[in-house]
Amino acid sequence: MQTRITGRVWKYGNDVNTDVIFPGKYTYSISDPDEMAQHALEDLDPDFVAQVQPGDIIVASTNWGCGSSREQAVICLKRAGVGAIVARSFARIYFRNCINHALPIVTCDAVDGVQSGDTITIDFALGVVSTPKGDYAFPPYSPEVLEILEDGGLIPHAQKVLGILKT
Amino acid sequence: MGYTFAEKILARRAGLAHVAPGQIVTVKPDRLLTHDNTADISRKFRKIGVDRVSDPQMNVIVLDHVVPAADETYATNHKVIREFVVEQGIPAFYDVGEGICHQVLPEKGHAWPGAVIVGSDSHTPTHGAFGAFAAGIGRTEAAAVMATGTIWLRVPESIKIVLTGALPPRVSAKDVILHIIGRLKADGATYCSVEFMGEAIAALSMSGRMTLTNMSAEMGAKNAVVAPDAITRAWLERRVTHPYEEVHADPDAHYARVLEFDVSDLAPQIAKPHTVDNVVPITEVIGVRIDQALLGTCTNGRLEDLRAAAGLLRGKHIAPNVRLLVLPASREVLLAAISEGIVADLVTAGATLLNPGCGPCLGAHQGCMAPAEVTISTANRNFKGRMGSKNAFIYLGSPATVAASALAGVITDPREAA
Repeated sequence: MQTRITGRVWKYGNDVNTDVIFPGKYTYSISDPDEMAQHALEDLDPDFVAQVQPGDIIVASTNWGCGSSREQAVICLKRAGVGAIVARSFARIYFRNCINHALPIVTCDAVDGVQSGDTITIDFALGVVSTPKGDYAFPPYSPEVLEILEDGGLIPHAQKVLGILKT
Repeated sequence: MGYTFAEKILARRAGLAHVAPGQIVTVKPDRLLTHDNTADISRKFRKIGVDRVSDPQMNVIVLDHVVPAADETYATNHKVIREFVVEQGIPAFYDVGEGICHQVLPEKGHAWPGAVIVGSDSHTPTHGAFGAFAAGIGRTEAAAVMATGTIWLRVPESIKIVLTGALPPRVSAKDVILHIIGRLKADGATYCSVEFMGEAIAALSMSGRMTLTNMSAEMGAKNAVVAPDAITRAWLERRVTHPYEEVHADPDAHYARVLEFDVSDLAPQIAKPHTVDNVVPITEVIGVRIDQALLGTCTNGRLEDLRAAAGLLRGKHIAPNVRLLVLPASREVLLAAISEGIVADLVTAGATLLNPGCGPCLGAHQGCMAPAEVTISTANRNFKGRMGSKNAFIYLGSPATVAASALAGVITDPREAA
């Protein structure tokens, strides 16, 4: 896992649900991550897919990822190039899905300091998000969560736990 | 100091004397619930590189989301699942037609007081109605549980919700939970364990309790629970035949929040488009034109719900230009509704009867909406694009409200209906 990420901001509001991140009508018909990425945020921000660049960072307010447990709502963003998601708070299953897919996720109030298009830096070692309007601290991951992230997600982690990982 | 339900059950299952909120514990779930997404989960399971699921008895697989298969892709997924079930020797497999996973799982004896249930569906907290600890997880996580037999869980903070008073006629558990979500908002219980208690809960049937715990997911709850009582035990009799140990919160447990609601004067509630916490008393939306009315889903597709609707629709006919879709939550519910004459009443009144399953709730088939159309639904979500077009509108209400509205062709207060 990278200790520092710098990227361009896509700013969103409260309660962005998984239906607008990845519509339910595709959840059982699309299984290719590249195809999932083409529908990312389709019902919220039609510009996103056209303009997202590798390493971009989503910065949102409260309860990002509420609703359905579908993890395509994580995979589509990761495959679209999103490098991290920063929000005031996350819905629980979404939070776990990000960890399980090794998509770095940060809980803090950085949304107060950014506009879409700004460039911000997340320093995981220091626990700080640096924005044009100042720094926002975030708590460290628990050791259990950090281990899954560092293993590259839950599948490699499970392989390690089961002793079947070829390293 | 005492402990909450979540603290007690997670401590017991982790083999610890006690645990505190924020602590992470590893437990072996009693049941892992998966549905149509088992096709993808089985692929992720194979990717991990093990041949056998850790415990075939742990798995409960129910095909419910798009049943019968709407096209070749869905059909192929269902086939993959059936082959996986045979290969792994999983006994608890319920194919097309048995019903919605959150109804079938308890009906078939897979939910009981003190059980730990995880499911690859966000409405898994439903099973807390039986005194179980039940939480939703993602697909990859479900694959990892299949392979390892264990899961890490963060011990949640707990919120106590006390419901006092008695519900007025034609006001139901759905109105109660919509009202609570309207107050707490979509993130009001994020990562928390919600404990429902009080005299209004004691008076609720299992059906009503399941409506409360089901929709607790819409305020972010990790799990929601109703302490087992005589109603719970009676419902579980002959379904759960093995012994189980109930888990009850201590009277002096510490809660992050305690909320009290008196339901005595509660009006029917409506969640307006496009969020579940956009809740108003029905009096504020009376007269809104509807194109479609949906009675069913894991929130309100049980016998009591169909009975409430039939009580209003019997001997009458729905309005012209309204489609009323009825989906019983399970085969058991459908059979009971047939023998009570409810199905005949509903179909005679103009309803379209669909097979037990999730139906149009997730916008994949069986009643998706065109742009600018309006549905009033007993489901649990009204997000933009949820039931088809992103330019359609979903209002959420109780079975009585949906039935009264289908009759009138506009959103109608069921208390005013004949």
